[in-house]
Amino acid sequence: MLAKKVKNRILFLISIFLLSVIAVFFIIKSLNKNVLYFSSPTEIKQGEDILFGKAMRVGGMVKKGSISVSSKDIQFIVTDFENEILISYSGSVPSLFAEEKGVVAEGKLKDKNFFIADRILAKHDENYMPPEIKEILEKNVK
Amino acid sequence: MLSNIGISLVVLILILSFSIIYTSCLDLKTPSRTIKKSIYKLSLFQTTFTILSFFTLIIGFISSDFSLINVYENSHTTKPFFYKIAGTWGNHEGSLLLWVNILVIFSYLFLIFNYAHNKKFRLYTLIFQNILILGFLFFLLLNSNPFNSIYPIPLEGLGLNPILQDPALAIHPPLLYVGFVGCSIYFSAAMASLLSGYGGKLFAQSIKTWVKISWCFQTLGIIVGSIWAYYELGWGGFWFWDPVENASLLPWFAITALMHSLIVLEKRETLYHWVIILCLSTFILSVTGTFLVRSGILNSVHTFASDPSRGIYILLFLSLMIFSALIIFFLKHKKETYNLNLKSRETFILTNNWFMTFFLVTVLIGMLYPIFLDVLTNVKISVGPPFFNIVIIPLVVPLMFLMAIGPKFGWIKSKNKVLYKILFLSLWAVIINLVIFYFFGKYSLLSNLIFIAAIFLILFSFLDIKNFINNKNKAELPRIISHLGFGLLVFFIGINHQFSIEEDFNLRVGETKKINNYKINFENIKIKESKNYKAVIGNFKLTNFKNNLIQQLDPEIRIYSNPETLTYEAAIKTKITSDLYLTMSNVSRSDYYNIKFQNKPFMVWIWISALMIALGGFMRLTLKKNED
Repeated sequence: MLAKKVKNRILFLISIFLLSVIAVFFIIKSLNKNVLYFSSPTEIKQGEDILFGKAMRVGGMVKKGSISVSSKDIQFIVTDFENEILISYSGSVPSLFAEEKGVVAEGKLKDKNFFIADRILAKHDENYMPPEIKEILEKNVK
Repeated sequence: MLSNIGISLVVLILILSFSIIYTSCLDLKTPSRTIKKSIYKLSLFQTTFTILSFFTLIIGFISSDFSLINVYENSHTTKPFFYKIAGTWGNHEGSLLLWVNILVIFSYLFLIFNYAHNKKFRLYTLIFQNILILGFLFFLLLNSNPFNSIYPIPLEGLGLNPILQDPALAIHPPLLYVGFVGCSIYFSAAMASLLSGYGGKLFAQSIKTWVKISWCFQTLGIIVGSIWAYYELGWGGFWFWDPVENASLLPWFAITALMHSLIVLEKRETLYHWVIILCLSTFILSVTGTFLVRSGILNSVHTFASDPSRGIYILLFLSLMIFSALIIFFLKHKKETYNLNLKSRETFILTNNWFMTFFLVTVLIGMLYPIFLDVLTNVKISVGPPFFNIVIIPLVVPLMFLMAIGPKFGWIKSKNKVLYKILFLSLWAVIINLVIFYFFGKYSLLSNLIFIAAIFLILFSFLDIKNFINNKNKAELPRIISHLGFGLLVFFIGINHQFSIEEDFNLRVGETKKINNYKINFENIKIKESKNYKAVIGNFKLTNFKNNLIQQLDPEIRIYSNPETLTYEAAIKTKITSDLYLTMSNVSRSDYYNIKFQNKPFMVWIWISALMIALGGFMRLTLKKNED
């Protein structure tokens, strides 16, 4: 028979352990539900297991001369110099959004050529390039 | 000229650091019970030279001395005087010098203010702090020297990123730095405490003030940053769960936990090792945050020009810090007996630590998971706000209940009275929530719970204030203010989240748009020339049908020339009950302007209640030793 104090402590430790396991499980589970995958236009073109209803990110360069603004939305083409995708966005764009600049759009894929964005990501620094886009460009531009 | 002065000063600080470590080690062996006078002198010299080196850099910025690369890259002659000064810490190299300044100043202050404490403990603290100083000085000299010169001397500088030319962002870095780098002193003190065996109540008292100071400044720094994001970034939000924001939140969770468990250590002499772990991890998390942000590993909207070579050095230094902290901790670890008493006050204070740890782990996982996944599988993901909202928000509900009732336990003897009070106030909270729910709009179950818990905490705090007016127990007030601030903050964020109106649309000059009970008329645009930018100003007439109020909002698009950048200045009309927020942007010079209109209820109150949390901390700082 263990002393009451020891027994209490064991119970306490076990409950802490269980609680942390549950907590971590809970965290990981909702993490998996809420991650946003990043793809380049080429990955979307070639990919087979693309989820159309799920939120994701697309990135690349804004193609020169492709931006068109109407009363409803802004449309532009994002390219990784191999493939392109048309993006439609109705919201305000960050100040560093421009032709031939890197862009990351967050939203849902309508089909393999059309993406509806609900957020365009802003950068504070005009010289800054998101690492994902840098990688794409290094691969495709010689 | 300035370059030479600056570098000599930095080298002097370096030599002084070595000599402080050396003389402190010698002094450790002497039997005398007081620290040698020479150590005080060395430390004073070190502080003076550090401050001088910082002033040298400031002079470089004020006089636009472009022989310094740093000034050339981050300043411009036409920049307003205030931003020339702020430019000093608005870049990586300069901010590192500020970092060293705070390390040194805190080291000196800790030395002179803790004269009543154990000599060995103080000396060890000094030694560890100087090792940290050395580490950052080497980093500064080898990798990011703000005093590097350039030849031939350029005639004009490149200018400071216009988005940083803002009063809130000018004071934001110094505040955060005092908060984050200030943690270094109790990192050193914790190591010293392990080595010298100077623990318990006295240790708690020696670091208490420093914990409070850095907590206050961290809190304030985060608030200022978020206010800045609100009016400058043009999306009308104030918290984004962006990696950089998360990086600033991690040490804050740790330090908040530390602040609470320190009370237990001081009053009950338990939890010593937990306090040590928190002391160590607060500063480690601060440096980790800096590392992730500065190295460009984290992809964030707040990233400023980053450089991987910096990352490697900080990473090395960081691993060294963690490694030595772990070794010392496990070597000097002593068995400690905990007496667990479920109904005692320390149990409730500890629950705070549970929550803080959980939040910390959540944010840490959310932040690091994408990095690991990228390294391991090359799959690129990002973890968005939904993850943090889903995991963290539900736990805020029990947290707020415990924040209200926790401090009551151990104080009041008759438990029935507390129970009665709890039931009574919960009933009121439910009723008030139902009133809001019924009259203003429907929202989810979770939101209901959040509102109930927040209102409960607010009501409970008001009762506490009433008690305070009766018994004038000064030690209670700071806690009440901070907890009330938190309750109000959650409440107003909730209201703001539920009842905001947000609408994006494109308009041409002369067109009109109707949203809910607002009519927005885009009247015309004007061009204005300013000292260092050109602005396109849009004139909007906003009519509110409900009260027939007509307001004029004039958002701007600013075109800065040095460096060439575009910024969107939001037009914000702040009232006690709500903010009207309008931004205008233009893509590829089309006729259509992109408008974002928002009506955000109780925006000011979010700031006020967040500031109340910090205010509580500052009030605690003013308490006398015997009161706290």
